[in-house]
Amino acid sequence: MSLAAHLPVLQVVVPLLSAPLAVLVRHGGLAFGLVTAAAWAAFAMAIGLWFQVGESGTVTYHIGSWPPPWGIEYRVDRLASFVLVLVSGVAAVVLPYSRACVGREIAREQHYLYYAMFALCLAGLLGIVITGDAFNLFVFLEISSLSTYVLIALGRDRRALAASYRYLIMGSIGATFIVIGIGFLYLMTGTLNLVDMGTRLSGVENSRPVLVALAFLTVGICLKLALFPLHQWLPNAYTYAPSAVTAFLAATATKVSVYVLIRFYFTVFGESLVFHKLPLPEIMLWLSLMAMFGASAVALFQNNLKRLFAYSSVGQIGYITLGLSFDSVYGLTASVLHLFNHGLAKGAIFLLIGGLVLGLGRSGGGHGQPTLDRIAGLGRRMPITCLGIFLAGLSLIGVPGTAGFLTKWYLILAALEQGQYWLVAAVLLSSLLAVAYVWRFVEVAWFRPSAREEAGQDEVRHEAPRALLVPAWLLVLASLWFGLDTSFTVSSALDAAEALVGSGR
Amino acid sequence: MKHDIVLRVVGKLLIPFILLFALYVQFHGDFGPGGGFQAGVIFAAGIVFHALIFGLDHTRTLVPDRLVETMMAAGVLLYAGVGVAGLLLGGNYLDYFVLDQDRIHGQHRGIFWVEVGVAITVCGVMLKIFYMFASRDRDRDRDRDRDRDGEGM
Repeated sequence: MSLAAHLPVLQVVVPLLSAPLAVLVRHGGLAFGLVTAAAWAAFAMAIGLWFQVGESGTVTYHIGSWPPPWGIEYRVDRLASFVLVLVSGVAAVVLPYSRACVGREIAREQHYLYYAMFALCLAGLLGIVITGDAFNLFVFLEISSLSTYVLIALGRDRRALAASYRYLIMGSIGATFIVIGIGFLYLMTGTLNLVDMGTRLSGVENSRPVLVALAFLTVGICLKLALFPLHQWLPNAYTYAPSAVTAFLAATATKVSVYVLIRFYFTVFGESLVFHKLPLPEIMLWLSLMAMFGASAVALFQNNLKRLFAYSSVGQIGYITLGLSFDSVYGLTASVLHLFNHGLAKGAIFLLIGGLVLGLGRSGGGHGQPTLDRIAGLGRRMPITCLGIFLAGLSLIGVPGTAGFLTKWYLILAALEQGQYWLVAAVLLSSLLAVAYVWRFVEVAWFRPSAREEAGQDEVRHEAPRALLVPAWLLVLASLWFGLDTSFTVSSALDAAEALVGSGR
Repeated sequence: MKHDIVLRVVGKLLIPFILLFALYVQFHGDFGPGGGFQAGVIFAAGIVFHALIFGLDHTRTLVPDRLVETMMAAGVLLYAGVGVAGLLLGGNYLDYFVLDQDRIHGQHRGIFWVEVGVAITVCGVMLKIFYMFASRDRDRDRDRDRDRDGEGM
């Protein structure tokens, strides 16, 4: 068989293999080379898979040559291939950035362990997306979660440990709920293959164990994706983790959880149960609105830039779940698009904030947190970095010409389609909140004098190192590019949504 | 407990058998209860027993940290390597059928090496955890690095 036929498994195995190899070489630089090469290979394979799916439809792969539903099946459809491109692409960009930032944030003898953990986390996330087996999904979820806790705890700030511990507790509860849900489904169907489970569930879908499974899975996955009342772990984890880790997690981890939710709702339980027989869409709608307004409002009052954008993430997840709650092609398109668009924008912002933190550290005062009073006047000291944050912020707001606009556009289309005009107003109003918190950054960075300027001196231009700027700007440019050239994102999202919505169940 | 003659003599007598029993559990795992995980734990337990009687430092010279860390990675690598071997021999990933001319033999061979990988990693992880906790008070200076490290394992 040719290499192309094995892409689905190599997609996971290559990053997975790079983790133990990174431990074996016991050298930061070599480990970096190995893991980065693996991430770029994964990115190339994800693109390859995207084209394969375009040519021949869903790609399946039988692990160990055991046919499904007995063996583990890897299954790549349009949605999976799209998320794979996002996850591996962000990893490929963040890893080179890591090299420059890890050296300053993590003790030298732990560098190779950092890269090993990063590789495991990447392999776990890719595995969750690609697998078609419920228990395999849980295993990959644990792989990615456990490595995530470690990555967060590596933060320089001692509070990183507490943040990581909190996420560990919440994440374990979430994972336990997920495995309980899968257990109930296995009980009712006798199969672990997701597609097979979906077919076997029709007929027994109103029985109590299935409803219990749905409840457990919904709560468990929503914990992992930080839906509004279950988001408590997120702000601290994002704030105190090393910059590169924050960027990677913000761009990928919650997004993959959203993917899992979509997978279970549409492939396993089926639309008619989730969206027509239960009040789930209403609940999801209100929780999404609370996230969009509540979390964005909280973001307004944050004094720490990282925290501000962490709360903004919680708010942006609201848009994704809002799109999901419509149960329409446009709604789901908006969700899937926003996975990608928000991932790019938030990844860019957190990478650039890493550069800011570095600049702050250099100007004395140690390696602190980017509080708003410390970044005053930074727009003149680090213009390129701040411009990047501003541009990615525009994408968060949804300004036309940025990727974020497309999401809002499809959300509004979905709301109009169902005649819910008040939701159009809600989407626009909540975007105003995003304008407000992005403006807070702009106001402080450009229009306030820095400590130096207050003392009557001119601000010296001092950018973040190029090794940090280039990867971050790649993501900034991507989020502008995908606002103008929509062929890749919109066609993938529409295809995925059309395949999932109205598939007859 | 270094000075207790009974413990030392009994320990010296027992430890080889504990390790041997671990190997029995390992290689009999195909046919009866047992397998890589249990064998790895039993093997590690033998070494932990040694550390309890003869002291951690002594054990650490016999089974150094570096070896333990290598074991953790090597086991995973072996497991994943069996999968890659399946790929190279023309099957799918983790395809044991192609590992031998005879398909059933192939299955035996595949599971054998996978279990070896599991045992090596589990033994390594058990020892690493034991070393971390046991040495917490000893080297307080390195404590912070270590417990960060420890969560890395």
